[in-house]
Amino acid sequence: MLNVAREKLASGEVKRVLGWEKGEFWYDLTPAFFETEESLNGFVYNGFSGANLSKYLIKARDWEGKTLVFLKPCDTLSFNQLLTEHRIDREKVYVVGAGCKGMLDYNKMKKLGIRKEADVTDRQAVLLGKCLACKGKTFYAFDEVIDDEEAQKPIEVEDRFNEVKKIEALSPEERFAFWRSQLSKCIRCNACRNVCPACSCVKCVFDNPNSGVASKANPDDFEENLFHIIRAFHVAGRCTDCGECSRVCPQGIPLHLLNRKFIKDIDELYGDYQAGLEPGSRAPLVNFDKNDPDPKIVMERGENA
Amino acid sequence: MQRIGVFVCWCGSNIAATVDVQAVAEAMKREPGVVYAANYQYMCSEGGQKLISDAIHEYNLTGVVICSCSPRMHEATFRKTAQRAGLNPYMVEIANIREHCSWIHKDKAEATEKAIILARTAVAKVQLNAPLTPGESPVTKRALVIGGGIAGIQTALDIADAGFEVDIVEKTPTIGGRMAQLDKTFPTLDCAACILTPKMVDAAQNEKIDLLTYSEVESVSGFVGNFTVKIRKKARYVDSTKCTGCGACTEKCPSRKGLNEFNMGLNTRGAIYIPFAQAIPNVATIDPTQCLKLKSGKCGLCEKICSAKAIDYTQKDEIIERQYGAIVAATGFKPIDASKYDEYGYSDNPDVVTSLEFERLMNAAGPNKGVLLRPSDKQHPHDIVFIQCVGSRCDDHRGKSYCSKICCMYTAKHAMLVREKYPDTNVHVFYIDVRTPGKNFDEFYRRAVEQYGVEYIKGMVGKVWKNGDKLMVQGSDLLNGEQLLLETDMVVLATAIEPDPSARSVATMLTASMDTNDFFTEAHAKLRPVESPTAGVFLSGTCQGPKDVPETVAQASAAASKVIGLLSKDKMITNPCVAQSNELLCNGCSTCERVCPYGAITYVDKEVRGPEVRGVKRVAQVNPAVCQGCGACTVSCPSGAMDLKGFTNREIMAEVDAICK
Repeated sequence: MLNVAREKLASGEVKRVLGWEKGEFWYDLTPAFFETEESLNGFVYNGFSGANLSKYLIKARDWEGKTLVFLKPCDTLSFNQLLTEHRIDREKVYVVGAGCKGMLDYNKMKKLGIRKEADVTDRQAVLLGKCLACKGKTFYAFDEVIDDEEAQKPIEVEDRFNEVKKIEALSPEERFAFWRSQLSKCIRCNACRNVCPACSCVKCVFDNPNSGVASKANPDDFEENLFHIIRAFHVAGRCTDCGECSRVCPQGIPLHLLNRKFIKDIDELYGDYQAGLEPGSRAPLVNFDKNDPDPKIVMERGENA
Repeated sequence: MQRIGVFVCWCGSNIAATVDVQAVAEAMKREPGVVYAANYQYMCSEGGQKLISDAIHEYNLTGVVICSCSPRMHEATFRKTAQRAGLNPYMVEIANIREHCSWIHKDKAEATEKAIILARTAVAKVQLNAPLTPGESPVTKRALVIGGGIAGIQTALDIADAGFEVDIVEKTPTIGGRMAQLDKTFPTLDCAACILTPKMVDAAQNEKIDLLTYSEVESVSGFVGNFTVKIRKKARYVDSTKCTGCGACTEKCPSRKGLNEFNMGLNTRGAIYIPFAQAIPNVATIDPTQCLKLKSGKCGLCEKICSAKAIDYTQKDEIIERQYGAIVAATGFKPIDASKYDEYGYSDNPDVVTSLEFERLMNAAGPNKGVLLRPSDKQHPHDIVFIQCVGSRCDDHRGKSYCSKICCMYTAKHAMLVREKYPDTNVHVFYIDVRTPGKNFDEFYRRAVEQYGVEYIKGMVGKVWKNGDKLMVQGSDLLNGEQLLLETDMVVLATAIEPDPSARSVATMLTASMDTNDFFTEAHAKLRPVESPTAGVFLSGTCQGPKDVPETVAQASAAASKVIGLLSKDKMITNPCVAQSNELLCNGCSTCERVCPYGAITYVDKEVRGPEVRGVKRVAQVNPAVCQGCGACTVSCPSGAMDLKGFTNREIMAEVDAICK
């Protein structure tokens, strides 16, 4: 991977490389732009390169020259979704598909007493939550792929909607209590919003005093609850289920479940749909088709709930 | 700060009996910005309007709130009043304290409290209102009629008669619709074909009318006066300009499995077919699901025998795009599926038929050439039982809660026709009520009973089953208080009618609203019965509700007169409540462009400068002449960059806050 990056930088074909570098801790890799060959010495790609880099390309759109980016298979879905939304310029990006064996969760490793990636024997046991719902090893966008046999092996996944189904089975009161307790943990650090590739607005409604939802006194912590529900509505139909929201949440709130509930509903109502499968695709929520279910379905589902 | 006047209407006793109008006016005097509040018996009357305009002058009002009926009723009235008094008409807000309040509440204290909240909400909105100015747009002087039955034909003929171009889009290969399938029509018993086919010919020959048969509406964009419609002309695999309708191909076609739709599937037809002898256009159509050549490449017999060289197996669907000023929905009805009522044995016994099937069995052009024979053994039936209200006035989930309106009359007609042609046949009719409102309708029914000896039995049938070559009918006779067991040869089910299934997607494309039964909704049930609430969309025939032929024709002509009134105008005043994009906030994501039903939004790369934003950006732009102010873009915009003038996000949030205060 480093060779490709060096070559492209040296030839001047790309002006910068978007990858990962060491963060505050060795297991805490963080996205970084590399503009010189020397700086590439800090480039790291290992089991802790979980961060989805596609969103950083929005910035790069306004910069001069091409950017080389490393995208894991699931990251390419976010990349395509951003192309669909005209947030990035395909012409200004050189995509290198980076083979992925599944990314690691340091907290899970710590509990098992494992301190190095090399010491991991049962990778499945220490995978990041989002990798347990791995969407496969296919790259949906690339100019070049660096992959090996090891990385192509599929990850064992269970039905990604299992947890959603469990919550659906709760009574409305229990469900309310569940979300209330989860969302009350929120400290409004905005990490979920800042990392989310679908949350790419020039100005977020929560930062816009004219939107009518920002800058109001919080009557109680329920304001934070609504933040997440509004956010889930805003990304509905655009969320690729990349799982970054839950990965970065310092409070461990399972935010991805809100998005997955939307995905499950969309799949059930309009047929299976994966956002970002191809650039330019029309998501069911912003499309009309003669086979769309009757609007009455909403009422009927409400009555049956 | 605005200077607001609040005017509370009594609506006679409609509002005043349930809402303390004095209390509402007093409460509004304490709202910020309100400088005047009054109540009056009829605010829409001349006296009421004078009260408003005098107050506007005297108190220098900048905004007006009227607490009255629905804005659908009198918003325009009060806007004009304000305009005459020198105020911008869009500074008027209506608080609906009649439909939303007095009509649905009984308790005066509760209703008054709610009326005060609604009034306060309107005041909160007026605080943020800004004057708006409408524009103008030209009118395309051409109409589209969707559906080529008697309703569509009549509407088109009347529009054409006034000198306007009109297109009929019909999804089947011929115009004529359900009426073409009928044998005789009540209450005069003239033959349906004799009165319908001349109109079909008129429509075909009229220079102003373009018939697009075997075609379906694919998409609709634009708005009143300026619709753009894409129409799919389905491949007939026959060149309709060459086909002479000689019918040689339809006789020689070796595929004989296709069910004859025109005869309600009672017999079969070739893969290449002309629906019926008087079909318009009189050209053949190939059914691709049946044609051997199209399915397997083998055959090609019709091509060989066609002397006009009209067969073209390579024909493809064609999409055409046309502009219209007005659109008429005339999508018609279909009988419900009788197999849902299997206590009557419809699925198992060929001799249990629906009324429309019976219509075909009696018709001279039907499967038996008009001789009434039982479908099972082609024997002449000597006993026939008719069952009314199959699926109508039915509260269970299988049927319709409404009365299908035409069944009492056509059942009387069937019974009478059978008795007249076959006096040796006994006819029994089971009914709940016989409903005969209509000119000469009750006389007609009395004739069936008194002159033709049809036996009417008040009561419903519980079960029909087969017994040898007979059918057994178990029912109750409520007048004599006894259970009956009748042996009969045939059973005819007067099945309920429902809107044609295609109506739902047509309504969605037209953004026209429907009721829970999928009938199109009128703009006003009494005062605007042939207009849809969507401007420029009109309703003709049974797509709006069950109707017989004379009523359908009357409504069809009424819809035509509304279309003519619209097309006679050269320019329309456009609604100033349109969407507007805040370019500083716009992400350029195209979501609004995708959800816009009118195609009003385009994207441009534009130099944008503002706080935190600088440089060339992809931003949304709204064409105010095309935007209809539906608001779909504003709710789909993730960043809130889209806003609707007259219904801004801030105004709506202010209303919500006022309600929750």
